[in-house]
Amino acid sequence: MIPAAFDYYRPTDMAGVLALLQQHGDDARVMAGGHSLIPMMKLRMAEVPHLIDLQDVAGLDQISLSAEEITLGAMVTQHTIINHPDLVQAAPILREAALQIADPQVRYMGTIGGNVANGDPGNDMPGLMQCLDAKLTLVGPEGERQVAARDYYEAAYMTDRADDEVLVAITMPVPQGGFAYEKQKRKIGDYATAAAAVQIGKADGKVATASVAMTNLSDVPVWSEAANAALVGTECAPEAVKAAVAAMLGDIDPSEDNRGPVAFKRHVAGVVLTRAINRAWSRA
Amino acid sequence: MNDLTPNREERTANLKGMGCARKRVEDARFTQGQGNYVDDVKLPGMLHGDFVRSPYAHARVKSINKEAALALPGVVAVLTAEDLAPLNLHWMPTLAGDKQMVLADGKVLFQGQEVAFVVANDRYIAADAVELVEVDYEELPVITDPFEALQSDVVLREDLAGQTEGAHGPRKHHNHIFTWEQGDEAATNQVMDSAEVVAEESMYYHRTHPCPLETCGSVASMDKVNGKLTLWGTFQAPHVVRTVAALLSGIEEHNIRVISPDIGGGFGNKVGVYPGYICSIVASIVTGKPVKWVEDRMENLMSTAFARDYWMKGKISATKEGKITGLHCHVTADHGGFDACADPTKFPAGFMNICTGSYDIPVAYLGVDGVYTNKAPGGVSYRCSFRVTEAVYFIERMIEVLAIELDMDAAELRRINFIKKEQFPYTAALGWEYDSGDYHTAWDKALKTVDYEGLRAEQAERVEAFKRGETRKLMGVGLSFFTEIVGAGPVKNCDILGMGMFDSCEIRIHPTGSAIARLGTISQGQGHATTFAQILASEIGISADSITIEEGDTDTAPYGLGTYGSRSTPVAGAATALAGRKIRAKAQMIAAYLLEVHDDDVEFDVDRFVVKGAPERFSTMKDIAYAAYNQAIPGLEPGLEAVSYYDPPNMTYPFGAYVCVMDIDVDTGVPEIRRFYALDDCGTRINPMIIEGQVHGGLTEALAVALGQEIAYDDLGNVKTGTLMDFFLPTAWEVPNYETDFTVTPSPHHPIGAKGVGESPHVGGVPCFSNAVQDAFRAFGLRHTNMPHDHWRIWQTANKLGLHD
Repeated sequence: MIPAAFDYYRPTDMAGVLALLQQHGDDARVMAGGHSLIPMMKLRMAEVPHLIDLQDVAGLDQISLSAEEITLGAMVTQHTIINHPDLVQAAPILREAALQIADPQVRYMGTIGGNVANGDPGNDMPGLMQCLDAKLTLVGPEGERQVAARDYYEAAYMTDRADDEVLVAITMPVPQGGFAYEKQKRKIGDYATAAAAVQIGKADGKVATASVAMTNLSDVPVWSEAANAALVGTECAPEAVKAAVAAMLGDIDPSEDNRGPVAFKRHVAGVVLTRAINRAWSRA
Repeated sequence: MNDLTPNREERTANLKGMGCARKRVEDARFTQGQGNYVDDVKLPGMLHGDFVRSPYAHARVKSINKEAALALPGVVAVLTAEDLAPLNLHWMPTLAGDKQMVLADGKVLFQGQEVAFVVANDRYIAADAVELVEVDYEELPVITDPFEALQSDVVLREDLAGQTEGAHGPRKHHNHIFTWEQGDEAATNQVMDSAEVVAEESMYYHRTHPCPLETCGSVASMDKVNGKLTLWGTFQAPHVVRTVAALLSGIEEHNIRVISPDIGGGFGNKVGVYPGYICSIVASIVTGKPVKWVEDRMENLMSTAFARDYWMKGKISATKEGKITGLHCHVTADHGGFDACADPTKFPAGFMNICTGSYDIPVAYLGVDGVYTNKAPGGVSYRCSFRVTEAVYFIERMIEVLAIELDMDAAELRRINFIKKEQFPYTAALGWEYDSGDYHTAWDKALKTVDYEGLRAEQAERVEAFKRGETRKLMGVGLSFFTEIVGAGPVKNCDILGMGMFDSCEIRIHPTGSAIARLGTISQGQGHATTFAQILASEIGISADSITIEEGDTDTAPYGLGTYGSRSTPVAGAATALAGRKIRAKAQMIAAYLLEVHDDDVEFDVDRFVVKGAPERFSTMKDIAYAAYNQAIPGLEPGLEAVSYYDPPNMTYPFGAYVCVMDIDVDTGVPEIRRFYALDDCGTRINPMIIEGQVHGGLTEALAVALGQEIAYDDLGNVKTGTLMDFFLPTAWEVPNYETDFTVTPSPHHPIGAKGVGESPHVGGVPCFSNAVQDAFRAFGLRHTNMPHDHWRIWQTANKLGLHD
């Protein structure tokens, strides 16, 4: 648990960050809360000769809310997400999910940007961002661009972000309707055995919109269009929920680990999604 | 005397003696970050060691190239077995009569085995250099299954080739270590053959790990000028370490000083001797500088002593009415690559022969076969006396299985088989003499408190509701009644490497009436500085607040065998009381002199001696202490000191009754503990608050083991649970509220009647949690399923029973 030697930088603006990335190329990594990267460095599974800490970069911890849109700076911590009254009111699913990430100590440091950018299939926020149709703002030497969370993840730790780009903000429409983030884990601090993010809009007693995303059941988060389709237009009765679960099961591809074999994970995925849909519907 | 003179009750309360819920004196420093642990030891010029470890579970080491590592600035040395061989330190003896490689000598036998020791002037450079040591391995076939090991042609321990006799008798196979048999097998089989009912079950007690918060480490400092070696380390038995170090190194014992500073939990993990200790010593001798070695969490989980890994096959016979007539147990014990179990020498399977439990079983047999595999060595008593968790789990599962076989209530089955109060002292079929117990009273109290009948009625309703499809949660009522065997032990049959398992206390009363006492034990969180002062306070009439307790420095403390197996209170606690009584005996003579009466005319009264029949004439212990040093008393030496070495006449046998109520979600496999009731009888209670803390901690470690904590290997011998992400260490989040209760049945042979409690909750807790899980499925036909009961295994149980269809 002793990392290899590295140079540590603490720039105060994005220009400084980008300059360092330009200068050191593959040898540099930016760090937000550090709760994924530092353990990997200590295990010597990640070699980062140049570590760029974003803590002092001005403006990255802002939250802005409008009637239609929420923008979270990349350095907004899970702790802030849980305790920001306006944000909690606008998008309570963020709080429900953040409360299931790690423990309070980690949440003081852990950021939404780090959680989303890293591409770790175990992280909770990527699936949630897909559920909420968030757009990720990346800044690189060519300037700024946006990419949909639903298009961002390519494989475990492989994302659309180029090495010289930095995720600076996440923007999402204010979620409508009922919500639920349901997660089964072995213990506090664990990744999900299976987790489901569900947002359901209701009109005339029927499901008007549905968005279902699953976490840690594939090497990327799984936004299940088939599950959404199975719900829309229904009264969210047990048969519809069953159909949505069946559709979701067609989209996930869990692998065996210490949390259990594939059959168990698929079963639990169905259970957590059923519970999430029912809870979201009850709140819609 | 006047109204302001404290009365007897007030004087007793002021002592903060036995029975007082005195706050732990250790906590002020621990809660303020002022502890002093091994890693806090920093000496001028200190070097740092780090290990190159094997990535393979079984491989030949063809060559080791140190050149690149030695070329790194700051690297001082890279030690291999070749370097240690001239000192004959490339192997070391284990506590179990085997030997173990300090550094890989030609081959490695488990993943994480120590291959080379890098020494550098900086901790970070040492870690960098580890990566630069090039080791050429040739992979060999890996065996992680002990049954396969006993069939395999693959020889794991080539160093033992041709040795058909081991430390504990004949070896049947090149991967076999020992056979240990207790009891009468022929007689047991005879009972089984003619029994009305026989229940059989095989169970695996999985491999787990004590995982103390502080990992293991040491700092060795060889002073070449005065020839003295000082060794700080995470040692549960510092005096034994000193003796072993003297025997191994050839340094005379008076020139070795071993210091166990504050220790952040041991739970058996810090009893053994590890290669890191030896390497830090050798490196200090070679370099002439202090050398520190502290392992990280992954190294701790992967390479230091594991616990359990017992494959147990049981047979229990009974009459149709449920009276048990016999018990047969065979264990295949997976000891890993070396036999490094920490047991008293004559007990290669520890006290597994306590497996008749709390029951009056007329005839029994236990056979244990120890086996080598490609896993880490160990087999320590993780928060229990030697192999007692295994024994109690075994019998408490066999009772449940027998209850199923008899279609009987498991609480009632226990009740009709308990050893009766009037049978104590009771000699069990496998030889142990239980000192005292009142099991029926404890059991009845427990069942009444939890409303056992009500729980069973609720459970029956729940089963019906489940069958009707109204709920997906089942309810389990876990029972366990355990008898621990602690306080090893009588020197006549208990020794470690030939050192008798007595313990000791030395007391000095200072002239102004305060005191210091030193013991041969060492606290790792048990609160010795608090409780031993309380024993003394009651014995010598000096307030516990005026008594310093010191342990762990072999230069100052009297020799003792250390702290594990709940032995501190039964053995060192007894020595403390007896040393106190020696103080009191001399104090009585001094008091009589001061009061100008005959010795027999004064009597001890809380904190003073009073003239019999004239309580207004007294001499306080404070007065006596001052006089002991400053007054010439005819016939008495000056001073007030005593030392006692205590060889216990027997073990002590704490017991308890536990009940766990659990709800299980059959769809997710998630268990929810609704209630946990723990009644402990540890004899005389010294500090109720510390007992409660010990019970909470032991139960939490029991919860861990029962519900998920394991060291798992894949077929190639890779450790799958090497970090705390996968190795389950419960936090406050996972832990339920515990209800604690007690009865008091003093030990008849212990000076203060105390029995030891630190490990009881673990011993009784594991089967209680496990029984709760298994009981939930009893109505659906489950007989037995192995721990750990993590989500997927519980789900699998439900699945196999068709509960997901």
